[in-house]
Amino acid sequence: MKRSGMQLNFAAPGQIDFNSISKKAKRFGIQLIWSLVIPVVFIAGWDMIANHLQNPVVLPTVKESLQILIHPFANLIGMGSLFSNIFVSLMRVLLGYVLAVLVAVPIGIFMGYYGPAYRLLNGFLGLFRPIPPLAWVPLVLAWFGIASMATLLGIKQGQWYVYLNNLKLSMVFIIFIGAFYPVLTSALYGVRNVRKVLIDSARVLGASEKDIFRLVLLPAAFPSIVNGMRIGLGVAWMCLVSAEMLPGSLSGVGYLITHAYTVARTDIVVAGMISIGVVGSILDFLFRALEDKKFAWQRLSR
Amino acid sequence: MQETVINIEHLSKTFTTEQGALVPALKDINLSVDLNDFICIVGPSGCGKSTLLRIIAGLEQASDGMAFYLGEEVKKTNREVGMVFQDYSLLPWRTVLDNIALGMVFSGVARNESLQVATQYLKLVGLGDFARAYPYELSGGMQQRAAIARALANNPRVLLMDEPFGALDAHTRILLQKELLRIWEQDRKTIVFVTHSVDEAIYLADKIIVMSAHPGQIKETINVTMARPRDRGNPLYGKMNARILSMLDH
Ligand SMILES: Nc1ncnc2c1ncn2[C@@H]1O[C@H](COP(=O)(O)OP(=O)(O)O)[C@@H](O)[C@H]1O
Ligand SMILES: [Mg+2]
Repeated sequence: MKRSGMQLNFAAPGQIDFNSISKKAKRFGIQLIWSLVIPVVFIAGWDMIANHLQNPVVLPTVKESLQILIHPFANLIGMGSLFSNIFVSLMRVLLGYVLAVLVAVPIGIFMGYYGPAYRLLNGFLGLFRPIPPLAWVPLVLAWFGIASMATLLGIKQGQWYVYLNNLKLSMVFIIFIGAFYPVLTSALYGVRNVRKVLIDSARVLGASEKDIFRLVLLPAAFPSIVNGMRIGLGVAWMCLVSAEMLPGSLSGVGYLITHAYTVARTDIVVAGMISIGVVGSILDFLFRALEDKKFAWQRLSR
Repeated sequence: MQETVINIEHLSKTFTTEQGALVPALKDINLSVDLNDFICIVGPSGCGKSTLLRIIAGLEQASDGMAFYLGEEVKKTNREVGMVFQDYSLLPWRTVLDNIALGMVFSGVARNESLQVATQYLKLVGLGDFARAYPYELSGGMQQRAAIARALANNPRVLLMDEPFGALDAHTRILLQKELLRIWEQDRKTIVFVTHSVDEAIYLADKIIVMSAHPGQIKETINVTMARPRDRGNPLYGKMNARILSMLDH
């Protein structure tokens, strides 16, 4: 699929084609308006229903929820600010996610590259794949309890203790499990699906096994690996709420939402949900931007 | 006495499919290719042409019999035996120039030098303006030109070509046949060229090997002595074409 980015500009060099710029701006404007239609209708509908219900526990109004979002540093029901909770959540997700990437990418590449490893591991790993991360909770609690990174590193006080104690091993594990499979699968199939003729043609040019791995398989699989990393980050972020509902958690957006629910502050619940959505979209957008920039060849080939 | 470059003796190949079925692809092939020969192999689809080339290249092992390159049994790929494939085979994330330099990257030639050599071959195939282009920006014909340049830049002694023009339109195909001959005339590298087009074989080859299918066997070897460049309007051309086509029918 060719996108507009590939369009050639026939204006003479050094001479700006205002006609085409204004056309582009116009098209961009129309696209922007078009993509805003549904959100605007959605928000308007939400506000209408909320105003009609007049029951903030069932559905707060847009204004009530926005009130919380536009004061991200205000202390909420004694749990710290929205911002600080998002920050704690982000740290947890990134830790679990980075660990998942560090383990899943090499295993996936190895399984894709080396047939016996695939046959050995695929069935086994496949058994765990369908288990939802949440189903691990009882076991994970039995294993890790409320131990945190601080426990692991033997830090018992000070500023670092406060930070690290927020990174409960049980949560990191749940997030790890969530991110692990998408990353593993895409690394595995990224390597497996490399067109054979690329490998053959490198081989007849005198490539060693190492050359083929480094200069053919890895670059060919790279877009798929990054794509899996993007999906994995999304899943990791989605596991957040379940992870932060675990005992020992006293912070994070997930905890904020569940705690706000118990004190009937639905406006905080909604604001928390919106922030999860927004942060998730931003992470996804950043990844996509990288993919678009770095892997144009893949989008445009064939 | 000509120097023999490739020698194939009683070579057979049977594939085993994933379901365990045996597929006989080649049976008792005997063939020798002399230095500077331009040989074309024609035959119906599925008669084992690709398999034969892949065995010569060292990408596949014979089930029976042997293939020799300069008197030594072929066991693995060898930089001296280059190959051009029918499918587009440039690495899509490398520029055309970096693709052509690929063989030299594998053999550890300094980057400066490899790019210089690559540029030279790029010009040879008429792609001088496309050094920095990516493969997806090239037409099919241009990609195959680049693939030929890539094989030649590695300076092989023998060039194996597996239906390299098979996916191209008729016009581009004829253009590239001419180009290939022009390049070949410069140093007459030994070429084994597989095609299912009889016309293409007569236009290019010194010697045509006609194969039949199920299992793949050599049916006939025909020397083409018409002077080059060959004229498709020449009655001899048409006669030979008709004769080979009738062979393929039976
Ligand atoms: N890897 C393989 N596994 C099983 N069968 C194969 C394999 N490669 C080729 N064959 C079979 O061998 C026969 C010859 O194939 P091929 O050499 O590709 O023929 P051609 O190039 O003349 O069209 C065909 O019947 C094909 O299906
Ligand atoms: Mg073939």
